[in-house]
Formats: sequence, structure tokens, C-alpha cells
Amino acid sequence: MIHPIPSGTRDVLPDEMRELRAITESLRAVFTAADYGEVYTPALEYESVITRGELAGVRPAYRVFDETGTVLVLRSDMTVPIARVVATRYPTAEPPLRFCYFAHSYRGVRPQRGQPREFLQAGVELIGAGAPSGTAEALTVLCRALDAVGLARYRVGLGDATLYPALLDSLGVDATARARLGDELARGDFVGLEQGLRELAIDEDAIQLLLSVPQLRGGVDVLHAPPGPVADAVAGLRAVRELLDADVAERVIFDLGLSRAPGYYTGAVFEVYDPALGMPLGGGGRYDNLLGEFGRSLPAVGFALEVDRLHLALAAEEGL
Amino acid sequence: MTGTNGLVIAVPRGALFDETLDWLDGLGLRTDEVRSNDRKLVFGDVGLITMRPSDVPTYVAAGAADLGVTGKDVLMEHTDAAITGGGRDVYELRDLGFGRCTMVLATREGPDPAAEALRRLGVVRVATKYPRIAARYFEDTGRQVEIIEVKGSVELAPLTGLVEAIVDLTATGTTLRENHLVIREEIAECTARLIANPVAHKLKAAAIDELLERASAL
Repeated sequence: MIHPIPSGTRDVLPDEMRELRAITESLRAVFTAADYGEVYTPALEYESVITRGELAGVRPAYRVFDETGTVLVLRSDMTVPIARVVATRYPTAEPPLRFCYFAHSYRGVRPQRGQPREFLQAGVELIGAGAPSGTAEALTVLCRALDAVGLARYRVGLGDATLYPALLDSLGVDATARARLGDELARGDFVGLEQGLRELAIDEDAIQLLLSVPQLRGGVDVLHAPPGPVADAVAGLRAVRELLDADVAERVIFDLGLSRAPGYYTGAVFEVYDPALGMPLGGGGRYDNLLGEFGRSLPAVGFALEVDRLHLALAAEEGL
Repeated sequence: MTGTNGLVIAVPRGALFDETLDWLDGLGLRTDEVRSNDRKLVFGDVGLITMRPSDVPTYVAAGAADLGVTGKDVLMEHTDAAITGGGRDVYELRDLGFGRCTMVLATREGPDPAAEALRRLGVVRVATKYPRIAARYFEDTGRQVEIIEVKGSVELAPLTGLVEAIVDLTATGTTLRENHLVIREEIAECTARLIANPVAHKLKAAAIDELLERASAL
């Protein structure tokens, strides 16, 4: 008898499980050696708690009612639950706090695109360490983790979530237009971005600047910006780079157009790429205001890797 | 540099085919074999692969092609930001300008049957090959709609009473006129777009930017 399971979910059988386990054990060894303590949080959370504040992350896709009619959600990432844990369980602990996790998260999918509804994330959160040192530590742990997994060709894109909004602000673009243009950039729609810019009352030089800056990506030469709002954000990236060991720094691609979906990022953001795979393996960034929403205001940075994608990239790099 | 700089470009067969190849010629690529061989799919030595336009975003999103050319209509239908929270799976780099068409709402001539259906039945039935675009357009304009997806000639649906209106792409309006259909509303202007895989856009930045520079010089 064949009994189906929902699209976007899957069973893992021993051969694959052994390989996935090897990946997570390599990651765990790196996280533990760097003093990140593993935590577990429930997959089900109260909707009212997890979507707290204006800085909501990825909207939860699955909701259920409990016995009392309260709305519960399946978490869409681990960063927000850990922010809750820090505020609730560590209200007075001396920062920095270091946590790691290996946990499933849940997201909505587009049908027939092979997207997972349930996926295993491995990640760390570094609470109470500001930029640039906290960011540099997170990037270092990230690269050590990817090295330990055995990936040879990965790169880490590094950008700043505040760069483009600040640039728009400095050129007098109002908040409504900033939000729209930010959406275009997040979608990677440079045609829509140009159309949006042409509707604004700004001169051609400003338009060219606003079109070219988010397409700057590459080595350190990307960081040579003329004085102004670009230079300010870029100064932050340069400060991070100066703290990186050479082997980590050589993995970094500076990307002034990098923009990540959750709205809680407040500074450096990063994304992991492998030439063997058409989509990022994971990513992260600074979220210095999220903890404040939960009542314990601390700067923070973290990242999450998707274990299935690490596995795919590893298999592809091995020429499978 | 010449050629595709080692990049794989997805070329759409069909209405955009010739103009896409002309554009690639302008970049200095050799497209004569692609033009002459309509059965072959992979032209490895020039870095081109050919496919249906609606498949282009799928191949580019997966990284099976680094760049691709397809219509804005295909991209609008491909993207469903409501589900994925505004994320992207392909970058849209350039408006190539050719293949200009309009996505329209059309009905039979005479009194507007769609307006009449909305007034009396509260909902309008719409046939289309673009269910997402149609649903989003009616939602954005605050009207109730029942979308009926068809694969073949959409013009047939209102003529047989299957629906009151259609959402479809038109270049000249000839087919609509021949079937006694009139455009009631214009939804979007659609042209050919150059799209990129997001990871390739980062990891093959120099190759892509050089190609874009050549394109800008046209």
C-alpha cells in the first residue's frame, strides 16, 4: 500500500540519514568548540508571541488552534524563538550569550517547484556582541563550519541591510518610495528598480548612483566608495574585514546590493553560495533591534544553514 | 571578450526567438547553428540552450542556466511573492525592449458582459493562460473573480459562453478583433527581459557585468 505524505515534506532513510548526520556532526563540533551551547525550542509557538513587534521575520505559514482557541504557529525560523528564549530565560545573564541549534522550520511553498515545507536548519546566534567584532566572529564560525562539512568552493556574500535605505534617505527619497524600491531590490528586479527611480523627482546622477551601487559586488575594490552615505555603510564592512583571518577574508564577496528577506536585519547581512547549487546554502546577519522587541535590548548576529542544501552542494562538489 | 564568457544562456523558442538571437548577435555571439537547427536543444560550444519561454525562469532559478531571456508576462506569472514573503528566485537585469505586448482584459463587443456579471451575479468568470496574473489583478482592483485556466485558444471561451471575459497577451489585437472581442482594460505592458540566477549573479559577477556592458553598448 502506498500512503502519501504532504508535498514539500519527505522521509529520510538510513543511507541519506547517515550522510546528513555526518554533516550535522561536523557543524556541531565547530559550534561547540566555539562555545555555542545547543538549544531546543518548540516547533509550535504562540502566534501573538512569535509575530511580536514591527520587526517580524518571515511570516509563519501554518497556524492551528489549541484546545482553548489560542492560535499557535509552526515557527518559520529559529532566530525569533531564540530572541524569546533570551528575554525569558536569560533576563539578567551577562552577555555575550552564544547559542546554536539544529532544528526544523516551516515555510509556505509554491506548488511544483520542489520547495520544502519543512527543512532542517543548523545555525548560531551570538547575543550581546555588536559590530564589527560580533559580525566577524559569526563569519569566522560560519566559514569554519563550512570547511568542516568539506565544502571546497563556497563563497560568502557580505553586504549591509541599511546601505540602500540610507542612500535613498540621503537623496531625499520619502519612506513610502523607499519601501517600494527596497522591495524591488529584494526581488532582484533591477528593471522595476529603474522604473521606480524614474518616477521620483531626483536628477539623473542620483538615478545612476542608485542603480549602480546595488550592482557592485566582488573583492575589496567594491569598498572604495566616494564619501557620503555609501562610504558610511562600507566603512562598517571594511571594519569587519579587518578583523577576519586571511582564510575567512578570501571567502568573502562584498555585495552592496545584498538584501535578505526577514525585516529584522539592521546591519551586516550575509549569504552563502556554492557554484554547484543555484540557490544560497544559507545566510544571516545583524539584528540589533529584535531582542528589544522582547524586552531585553541587546545587539545580536547569527546565521542559519540549510542542511539539505549543504548535502546537495557537497554531493555536487564530489561530482555525484 | 567575446562569446558568453563561459555563461550558459537560456534562449526562448517561439515569439521572442528571432529577436533574442539578433540581440545575442549584437553581443558578438555565433547564433547561426541555433537558427538553422530547430531540433537541437543544447548548443554547448556557444553556451546557449533553447526551450519554451515559460520554462526559462525555471531553468535559471535552478541554476541550470546562468542567464535567460523571457517575457515579462512569464515572469509575472512565475512569481508569487504572496507565498514566499517577497523573496526572489531570479534577478531581472534588463528590459530588452523587444517583444512588446500588452496583457489585457477583453470581452465580447457590445455592452460589457463582465460588468453585467459583476453587477448581477457578484462574480465574473475569466478564462486565461495566466491564472496568477488574472487573480492578482482582480484582487488588486477589488473585484470577485472565478478563474478558469485554459491551455489553448483563450478567445474561444467567451464566444461559447464558458466565461464573460479573458485575460490574455496581445501584440496587435488582430486575433481579438477577428473573434469580435474588445479590450476593456490594460493590465500591464510586457517586453522581453534578461534574467539571471541569483547565485551566478554573485559568483560570476565579472562575466555577467562584461556581457551587460556589451549589451549597453548596442
